This record gives sequence, C-alpha cells and structure tokens, in this order.
Amino acid sequence: MKNLMIATALVALSAGAGLAQTVRMGTEGAYPPYNYIDDNGQVAGFERELGDELCKRAELTCEWVTNDWDSIIPNLVSGNYDTIIAGMSITDERDEVIDFTQNYTQPDPSAYLAKAGTEVDLTGGVIAAQTGTIQASYIAQSGATLLEFATPEETIGAVRNGEADAVLADRAYLEPIAAEDADLDFTGDSVLIGGGVGMGLRESDAELKEKFNAAIQSMKDDGSLNALITKWEIGETF
Amino acid sequence: MFPYCSAPDTLSGLSWLSCYLTTGKHTSLYLSFLTVLVLLAVTAPVALVFGFGGASAARSRFAPLAWLGKAYIGIVRGVPDIAFFLFFVIALDQAFEYARHKIKCPDWDQPIRQGNDFVVCAAAKLPLGDAPQWVHETYGFFLAVLTFSIIFGAFAANVLYGAMQAVPQAQIETAEAYGMSHRQSFWRILVPQMWVYALPGLSNLWMVLIKATPLLFLLGVEDIVYWARELGGTKTPKFTDYPHGDWRMWYFGALLVFYLAFTKVSEVVLDRIMRRLTRGQATMGGEAQRKAAA
Repeated sequence: MKNLMIATALVALSAGAGLAQTVRMGTEGAYPPYNYIDDNGQVAGFERELGDELCKRAELTCEWVTNDWDSIIPNLVSGNYDTIIAGMSITDERDEVIDFTQNYTQPDPSAYLAKAGTEVDLTGGVIAAQTGTIQASYIAQSGATLLEFATPEETIGAVRNGEADAVLADRAYLEPIAAEDADLDFTGDSVLIGGGVGMGLRESDAELKEKFNAAIQSMKDDGSLNALITKWEIGETF
Repeated sequence: MFPYCSAPDTLSGLSWLSCYLTTGKHTSLYLSFLTVLVLLAVTAPVALVFGFGGASAARSRFAPLAWLGKAYIGIVRGVPDIAFFLFFVIALDQAFEYARHKIKCPDWDQPIRQGNDFVVCAAAKLPLGDAPQWVHETYGFFLAVLTFSIIFGAFAANVLYGAMQAVPQAQIETAEAYGMSHRQSFWRILVPQMWVYALPGLSNLWMVLIKATPLLFLLGVEDIVYWARELGGTKTPKFTDYPHGDWRMWYFGALLVFYLAFTKVSEVVLDRIMRRLTRGQATMGGEAQRKAAA
C-alpha cells in the first residue's frame, strides 16, 4: 500500500507540467516494411516516416509507442495512446469499435508464401496467419485450416518447419523475405482483402481524425504519399 | 559503439559480432534484464504483504473480514493471468483516471463512456498525454507491479493461510495459558512459526513469478522475452545493417541460461532461509538440526 501511495504521489507530481497536446502513436514494431524496430531500438519504417510527416503537416507533437498486437485496440479505446498506426486494414468489424482515417495505402494485395516448388491446396490445406488480422478471417472463410500465431515472424517459421503449407500476409511484408530466402516462394494469386490501411482512432476523437484526414489528403494531393509507398515498396500507389 | 562499426557489411567474425551486440537495440535488451530484476525485487515483497493481509483476513473472527479475505483468495486464483492483464489492468487504470477526473474537472459535461471509448478530461489523464515516454513506462511498470502483486498475493495468501493452520494447536494453547491475548499469541507465537510451513509454497510462487514477466508486454512494458523474440527474428538486409536468419534459438538459449542461473541462485538462497527458519522448530527438519548439533 505504501508503495502504491508513493508511486501515485510521484505520478501526480510529475504530471504537473503544461497541457500542450502530444499525440501518442501506437504501433506494433514487428511488421516491416510498415513498422519495425531499427538497429538503434527506435520505431522505423513506412509508417514511421508517414506518421512523422502527417504530424508535421497537422502541427502536432507526436510520440511513438509500441504495443502488443493482441491488446492494441483495447489500449487505444481506454486512452493509453491516441492512434493506431500499425498496418491495420480498415474492416467493418474493427470500424464498429474504433474509427479509421481515410486509407493511406491501397487495399492490401495479400499473398501466399510457401516452400519453393511445392503445390499447395489454398482452399483445403493448412494456412498460417497472424491472429486478429484480415488475412486470418479470410482464411477462415476460404475453407482452409487456419493456423494462427501471435507474431508475423512465427507465421513464417511455421511454413519453414512444415507446420503450415503456406502463410497468408501482406505482400509487402512477405516480399523481402521471399527475396532473401531461396527456399520460400510465392504461390497462387494475390488476393485483395480489406479497404486499405488507415490510422485507427477513438470514435470520440473526431477532431483528431479530421486533422489526420486532412494531412493524409494533402500528402495524396502533392504525391509525397506515393513517393513513400514506392520507397518502402508497400504496393500500388494512388 | 566502436569506431569501426560504421560499415558493418565489411566486417566479419568477432569484430562484426562486437558491433552487432552493441547496437542500440541490444542495449534495450540488456536494460530489460534490469527491468525484470527490479520488477521481481519490488513485486515479491509487495505480493507477500498482500498475501499476509489476505491470509490474516481470511482467518479473522470478524465474519465480513473473513469473507473478504476468502473472496479475494478464491476469485483472484480462479481468473487466468492473461485475462487479468488484459482487462483488470485497463480497468484499474480507468478507475484511477475516473477518480482524478471527478476531482480535477468537476464541470465536465460530456459522458465518460462514449460507446467503447473511455474519455476523461486531459488534466485527468494518467500520466498526462504530454508526459515524456519514461513517465508512461514507469506508470505501466507500476501498474504491472500492482497487478502481479494482486495475483501472486492471492496465491501467497492461500499458502500463508495453510501455514497458519499448520502451526501446532498446542503452541497457541500454551500461549493462551500463559495469559497472552489473541493478538499477542498471533504475533508472538503463530507468525514466527508459520514461515517454515509457508516457505516451500512461497518458493514455488517465486519461481513462477520469475517466468511470468512476458505478460508485461501486454501493458507495453518490454521485457527480456520480447526483446529476445524481436532481436532473434529473421532480419532482411533491407531493414538492418546486421542481417541474419532466424536466430531466436540462440537468444532463447541465452534466456534459458539466465533463467537457470537465476533459479539456481534462488534455490541456494531459499535453502539458506529454510535452514534458518527450521532452527528450533518442532518439525522433522528442526529435529534433525538439533540432533546434528548435539
């Protein structure tokens, strides 16, 4: 109890400073090229550059926070950070709980990655995906057996060790892996799922949403968003 | 770190490794060991206090207090840890913010619950939205300590409750025959003697606690397992200066060594405490010690 009181007092004291608005950007940090942790331990990637530019245009001070994918939405709605910028596709299911800005990527081309030279039954085999992603619900509906993992890395591991026949994920995430590893190759056609990636915000944060919407629109208009998409090889440009 | 690290792709062997192991990311890994150790050092005594409170309450002669103690032990032990970390912590955080909101913003007219959202005025945020990152991390850490303490406190309460029951009744009777009050016999006779019965159970809890820290990342606190998984994952040249394959085995191997070493140290310390507690007790261990000394 004593600890509790001291800690509460400490937090209360340190909270005295001014009230200028800082926007806390929540991300996963495990999904290159969208977001990852670089060699210096900082958040980097397409969304880092995009987010910093959006904050500059919307004249906001932004701070980056990493959070587990599983608890990323509950922590947003309870106010631990203010946005989710984590390669999260806009879906109706998520839209019921949180709000999205307009999309800053085209609908994801998702692709199947499997061991090179194998024939995979995409609608009847075992397909891996990250828990709570659009790919996971797509597989569940396709009739294939869905094998879910907490992190993207583990889904690739499952294909390598034969646990899964293939993995379904954003093509932009799989591309560098396929390029690096001769044992892995794309199979089947890419599928378009979801309504593109957008920033997630609390439904009550309409003002912040408008600021980011305007900033994204201005980046779409002057072509700087397309330049970023090309630089990070995210996929189709606008 | 080292001057020759500016072009890592030209390096090989040990010099590559020395650069690789001193990147900013690895420093985060090393610091997270400290996080875990501090967490354990703070949580263990706090949990023990919760446990002692719970156990004393559960055997109280005042019925409502006994119900409270038993309800705490029963309910918290029954709820899965992960559910506790996903929901209880967020609820706890919201309770703090709600209390601050009531005090700091009395003339706020919007509802606090708006659909799924929990909205309090900016001044009631904990920590404040513009607080530096370390304050947020400290706060997350504080919530983690509190949550771990509540969970492990409930288990400890059950262990201590059993230990209190295990102290021979004759001891208490003798104390009362000497004219000690209920309170006196509790503090002077029961509590000093119960630890020897509690220690095996408590040491189990300690071992489980050591390995429970990955739950921290659910609160955004990065522990050693998070960093091991992050650093060990396949790294393609596009996103790092130090590309490598799936090295998680090596990182988890290092964690294994850490955990085993830590367990070993714990065992040695616990053995020593056990020897100290056994001295003069009416248990088999105490009897053996007495014979060895004679």
